[in-house]
Amino acid sequence: MKKVKALILRTAGTNCDFETQIAFELCGAQAEKVHVNALLEKKDKIFEYDIMAFPGGFSYGDDIASGKILANEVKSKLGDKIKKFALSGRPIIGVCNGFQVLVKMGLLPEPSLFEQISTLSYNDSGKFECRWVYLKTLKTQAGKNQASTNCLWTQKLPDIITLPVAHAEGKFIAKDKNLIDELEKNGQIVFKYCAQDGNIARYPLDPNGSTDQIAAICNKKGNVFGLMPHPERYVYSLQHPSREGYDGEHGWGKAIFQNAVNYVK
Amino acid sequence: MKPETKCKTIEILNLSDKQLTDLSKKAVLSLSLEEMKTVKRYFKKLGRNPTDVELETVAQTWSEHCKHKTLTGIIEYTQEENGKKSKRTYKNLLKETIFKATVELNKKWCLSVFKDNAGVIDFDLKNGAAFKVETHNHPSALEPYGGSATGIGGVIRDILGVGLGAKPLANTDVFCFGDPDTKASKVPAGMHHPKRIAKGVVSGVRDYGNRMGIPTVNGAVCFDEGYMANPLVYCGTMGIIPKNMINKKVKPGDLVLVAGGRTGRDGIHGATFSSTQLDKESDVSAVQIGNPIVEKKVLDTMLKARDLGLYRAVTDCGAGGLSSAAGELGEKTGVKIELSKVPLKYEGLSPWEIWISEAQERMVFAVPKENKKKIVEIFKKEDVEAAFIGEFTDDKKLTLTYNGETVAYMDMEFLHDGVPKPTRLAVYKIKTEKKQKPVKLSSAKLLKSLKGVLSDLNVCSKEWIIRQYDHEVQGQTVVKPLQGNGIEVSGPGDAAVIWPYTVVKDTKKGIVLSNGIDPQYGKINTYKMAASAIEESLRNAVAVGADIDKISILDNFCWGNPNKPEILGSLVRAANACYDMSKAFGVPFISGKDSLHNEYCIGGKKYSIPPVLLVSAMGVIENAANTVTMPFKQGGNKVFVLGYTRNELGGGVFSKINAIKDGVVPDVYPEESKPLMQKLHAAINKGLIESCHDCCEGGLAAAVSEMAFSGQKGVKINIDAVKTKGNLTSSEILFSQSNGRFVIEVRDENSDKIKELFKGCAVSELGDITEEPRIIFESKKEGIKFSEKSETLLKCWKNTINW
Repeated sequence: MKKVKALILRTAGTNCDFETQIAFELCGAQAEKVHVNALLEKKDKIFEYDIMAFPGGFSYGDDIASGKILANEVKSKLGDKIKKFALSGRPIIGVCNGFQVLVKMGLLPEPSLFEQISTLSYNDSGKFECRWVYLKTLKTQAGKNQASTNCLWTQKLPDIITLPVAHAEGKFIAKDKNLIDELEKNGQIVFKYCAQDGNIARYPLDPNGSTDQIAAICNKKGNVFGLMPHPERYVYSLQHPSREGYDGEHGWGKAIFQNAVNYVK
Repeated sequence: MKPETKCKTIEILNLSDKQLTDLSKKAVLSLSLEEMKTVKRYFKKLGRNPTDVELETVAQTWSEHCKHKTLTGIIEYTQEENGKKSKRTYKNLLKETIFKATVELNKKWCLSVFKDNAGVIDFDLKNGAAFKVETHNHPSALEPYGGSATGIGGVIRDILGVGLGAKPLANTDVFCFGDPDTKASKVPAGMHHPKRIAKGVVSGVRDYGNRMGIPTVNGAVCFDEGYMANPLVYCGTMGIIPKNMINKKVKPGDLVLVAGGRTGRDGIHGATFSSTQLDKESDVSAVQIGNPIVEKKVLDTMLKARDLGLYRAVTDCGAGGLSSAAGELGEKTGVKIELSKVPLKYEGLSPWEIWISEAQERMVFAVPKENKKKIVEIFKKEDVEAAFIGEFTDDKKLTLTYNGETVAYMDMEFLHDGVPKPTRLAVYKIKTEKKQKPVKLSSAKLLKSLKGVLSDLNVCSKEWIIRQYDHEVQGQTVVKPLQGNGIEVSGPGDAAVIWPYTVVKDTKKGIVLSNGIDPQYGKINTYKMAASAIEESLRNAVAVGADIDKISILDNFCWGNPNKPEILGSLVRAANACYDMSKAFGVPFISGKDSLHNEYCIGGKKYSIPPVLLVSAMGVIENAANTVTMPFKQGGNKVFVLGYTRNELGGGVFSKINAIKDGVVPDVYPEESKPLMQKLHAAINKGLIESCHDCCEGGLAAAVSEMAFSGQKGVKINIDAVKTKGNLTSSEILFSQSNGRFVIEVRDENSDKIKELFKGCAVSELGDITEEPRIIFESKKEGIKFSEKSETLLKCWKNTINW
């Protein structure tokens, strides 16, 4: 069977690239950390990969705003390639700073639009927040105006999972209310922060005050996925505060990466 | 027009002693008269005056900060105990106490001790674990944010600069601040308010540590008004290094490469100014300006160059800047450097400023000529600036040129071994500590005391700080600083465990990090303070599952002015405690640091800080999964306390809040504690322990309460069951801070196994854990009973620091 190849894009200030690489490898993929400068030298190299990941960190120190500089760099120098990669249906994930990059270059919520119409702003607490949270996975929560998400990254997850967050700018804000309704209608809202029982979460379980407690979104097609929590930090049960895991050995983060790898296979 | 950047000659040959002293003070050289005269003699031999570059070079190289003249100098020590005086002369206090213990213990798993930028011990067949803790006190007093940021940045570079470079895996930080509730009017002129300092320091560590992608996993915060004008900021970093890269070797002909940040006028005289007292005149330009992303780029690229074997040696630019970095690397060979080749932030620096600037994020490499192209290529690919500024020679000279003109030409031997050994006097009077009158508080007062203890600044939750640090980046923090059942509620973990699976593929092993620090004890007895700090660091590590026979420790002394015999005497006492405890526990010191001269001046009056020793412990364990946390896990389980409780309220929180006079400071009993720690490690590995927590500030009452409310459980404690040495009242049993004790949770079916396993140690069965979240303490003997909802006590503990 062919080896699934994942590209992990790194630059100055990227710092979750190692654990992200191991997460992919654990799921049977071949993952490679590539510096943005190297990719800019050989732009078409990107199409040698099946999956693309924008890992967490502080790209360029988050100067101006989190993820902004890398977003501009990638969009202006690699824009057409990235867009093509996304529209081809290949899985793309942006975690934390990576989510901020995807949103700020406009690959989310819709790559065909490729325009920034939402943002991730400062936490309501005004502080960096490092803690574990409960996430309601909206694939099964199909409500009236809420389609179940077809995000390929989160298929077969239970109703509620836990993951760690660590960010100062994680508050999701959309251009306007209509966009939120759109996202809900199209099932583009993937995770919402929630309480242990699935009810509305209050701070600190809602770590940033996101609109509708949104923690993760995807594009209509479901292949481009951005989230503030860190799935790569919970691939083993040993990483959970109480050592819990879905199969005794692994954490829900692994299931997320596995979904993408299996999708490509 | 361009500013003047010429090198000047400084007249010293014809200066009187008085003039030499004035010059030293005026130019912030921090050199004593004796040292100035030595310099004068040297240049008389050369038949010329020194240049400003040469004089500054000597000052940096000979600074207390770089040379540790006090701990390695001659000390005439006089000790007085009940009238009898005894004398002893130390030729080198460090070598005769701390280092001596390490040499005598001679652990084969110690790979590099007291010679490099960090200590290194054995991790597995291929790798070593490196650990270093630094202080950055004076800068943090003047500019809290920049001071602490460059503190953490600096110690990270120590890890990058050990051997051929280690990969940083975790940071630790420990702070001592003044009382954050101090009235503004009480803050001395020209000093920052303690709360402003605390917030600035935390933000600095947060922004630098988080951006470096290194989790801050362990620490402590102590509050005492004695630190108001002179806070203490300890920053530590642990890393992993391949064993075959632990040694440096500079060869004549190797090129000197400086990579990373540019050189500017920030951090001028950092090394020498750290040996001066703080007052409102202190110069902020001594504080460096940090940029974590530049350092992160250096980290990413230099480890690539390391793995390709492109350089033979590396060290960081810390105190003294290029002067100490290039100076150290070239000590045995000699080095020639063209200062105009050093990349600058802006024009206008004089040659001596370029040479001693402590601008951040710079590493210096010794590169074989044949790798010149390759190594620069690696840095360039990721936009890291790197410049060749000179070459290592074989003439054992320091040669500096600026645009071709020679501005310094000195013997390495004079620079590194020429400093005269000062002789200092030290005296210490051992006071006999008086036991307090028996304390018998009513049940109501005891509950009030418990709440007071839990909400005390030195006991309360530090969550407000810890949550701002990314303590899980790299995904390897498997025992976290905040612990609960499930993902909510956050109790105080005793130690952190790092499972380095991203660096050492398929490893099961773990690295335990903990610390011990007890400033309050130091005010009464610095020997017991040091001994307690050592034992506490070991206890914290063992509480999560560390193996006492595989732990190494670091010493960090923060003391007042060593020119005062009483203050130096208290330091000698502490150093002796280090030797005694290190030997008794069989735990070697692998590295250390001292920050003396922590003295400040208010209205012409000089104050020294309460002296304190921070001990940081690093242990390697076979299986990172064989570790436990501190919250109670299950109703019905039994609670035991291990170790004897003694009548030791001295320097404790309970005595403070109840204004109890006298009291004995907790002592350390290695002959009891060590076997107990070995058995506890075995018990945890056998899976017999559900939860474990150390007893320290606030004593048994605080420890048990923390375990209960962190696990959202209740507990019923029988005070009368506690095994004691001597007669203690319930009040004393609950709040005595005796060292060497652990509270453990055990399943009913394992109780007998535990009693069996701990035969010969003090094991007291205290009671049962309840699902109903209520904490109950009872003594039938004294007719004492008080109880409170776990959540209420949790609130007391949590709400003190919420800024």
